Amino acid sequence: MNAPANTPKFYDCRDAFAATLEALAVTDDRIVAVCNDSVGSSKLGGFKSKFPDRLVNVGIAEQNMVGVSAGLANGGRLPFVCAAAPFLTGRSLEQIKADISYSNANVKLVGISSGMAYGELGPTHHSIEDFAWTRVLPNLPVIAPCDRIETAAAVQWAASYDGPCFLRLSRVGVPDLLPEGHKFELGKANLLRDGSDVTLIANGTLTHRMLKAAEILAERGIQARVLNLATVRPIDEDAIIAAAEETGAIVTAEEHSIFGGLGSAVAEVVVDNAPVPMKRLGVPGVYAPTGSAEFLLDEFGMAPSAIADAAQMLIKRK
Amino acid sequence: MDIIELERVAREIRLRDLQAVFEAGAGHIGGEMSVIDILTALYFRVLNVWPDQAKHPDRDRFVLSKGHTACALYVTLAKRGFIPEEEISTFLQPHSRLNGHPNCNKVPGVETNTGPLGHGLPVAVGMAKAAKLSGAKYQTYVITGDGEMQEGSNWEALMAAAQFGLDNLTLIVDHNRFQQGASLADTNNVAPLRPKLEAFGWDVTEINGNSMDEIVPALEYRGSRPHGIVAHTNKGHGISFMQDRVDWHHKVPSKEQYDIAVAELSEAL
Repeated sequence: MNAPANTPKFYDCRDAFAATLEALAVTDDRIVAVCNDSVGSSKLGGFKSKFPDRLVNVGIAEQNMVGVSAGLANGGRLPFVCAAAPFLTGRSLEQIKADISYSNANVKLVGISSGMAYGELGPTHHSIEDFAWTRVLPNLPVIAPCDRIETAAAVQWAASYDGPCFLRLSRVGVPDLLPEGHKFELGKANLLRDGSDVTLIANGTLTHRMLKAAEILAERGIQARVLNLATVRPIDEDAIIAAAEETGAIVTAEEHSIFGGLGSAVAEVVVDNAPVPMKRLGVPGVYAPTGSAEFLLDEFGMAPSAIADAAQMLIKRK
Repeated sequence: MDIIELERVAREIRLRDLQAVFEAGAGHIGGEMSVIDILTALYFRVLNVWPDQAKHPDRDRFVLSKGHTACALYVTLAKRGFIPEEEISTFLQPHSRLNGHPNCNKVPGVETNTGPLGHGLPVAVGMAKAAKLSGAKYQTYVITGDGEMQEGSNWEALMAAAQFGLDNLTLIVDHNRFQQGASLADTNNVAPLRPKLEAFGWDVTEINGNSMDEIVPALEYRGSRPHGIVAHTNKGHGISFMQDRVDWHHKVPSKEQYDIAVAELSEAL
């Protein structure tokens, strides 16, 4: 008998974000969506038609957008600020620092189309610095969900959390990885697959590639642990230290520069607590060529087979 | 509080501010002297605030966007009962909550952290918009410096305020004609501000920002559009040798200068 075809359905996490926000807004009239002429790209069309008065569109003005959101929170509203990640974080970084993080304003920053989701549009539109920019800021949890289920859970969590956060969302399709009903817990990694030879750590669009890499490694007789680390800050030190001590080698992969992102955050924990060989996969400090996000991830060594190869090489250094 | 009393309180705040800057050996005394009359009118006449309930949801909002003049705000807040008056002596001291720029999580009465310029007006726009969304009746006031209006974020916010129809927002530009390094005119002259604000859809009032008679009615004005007050002030107002001198942006008086300034401000009391 033939094995069942394993072709999972891929989902755009923006849909889960928008649907969850709309559902929450029905019962919580504090919720407002703030955007910068980004109703379409943030999938706020449904929100706009259901709650037209609660859609605050500031036009193409990101610094003002973030400042306005801090003021909305001061006035008791619960703003979700939706904008393309490179401009939300880069254009208004000082506003995020002073008005949101330092003021501890109850504002949810939602970076849409992060990483290389705008691959073909070129490096100005790639958001591969946002982990580095945001994770140094106190009071600001940094979260990159791996699928539609975790996205919905993270949005629900954000609405109930009394403080600011940065949600990093892509538009590149990903399969379901976490079980329906999964509850988001800040700063907790999810063990998606256990193993003792090496640990693969990722979040966002890379988690499912890590799982595929683990399958390839299993075919080669290597048992890889896979951790989904949606929360980059505060980071799950316990899970990382256990991974280092129990598997002896760690590979990270991210749709981000290898400088200052998830891999750097994991490396900081490892070097402080349980030094083991590591390999950080990501964009190696260059501006990317033209191509789709999927193409660029492959181009930068993050095809599942390439991740598996990197893990296999790393194990030799144990 | 009537105009005469407001003028007396403003002079007391000037004197305490001068003392605090002298004792701390740092501060932004020029811009503090120019803005103190407006701060006094706000806190002792115009703002609906309750010092014992600093976060009361119905309070009027005030944002000091020119956050480097924090000391003037601290003295005003202390005099109004938000913080103990004796705490002013800790200004800039290690672990004092009264640092060089106001912190909203530490100092009651401060609504948002400011310091980097061009932040306060966007936040104030959000506060006013929040009132529109919730039906709250509070008014939002924000003070910027005139040099600060060189920041592009302010012009983004000016556009948004008009677009959102924020008739519950008042911007006061402390137009003292000097910024840190030089006069406004010799740097990037945003003046005249009135036609620019009007072109951006604001009602505008021009006043002598060191005259209580003109400040109070301007702050109490209510129209159908966001209201901008171009407050013509003097940097270093009230102290003869500081007035309209760019070098007093953040200079600290010598003992001799301090004594002269104390005498001048005390005489006016």
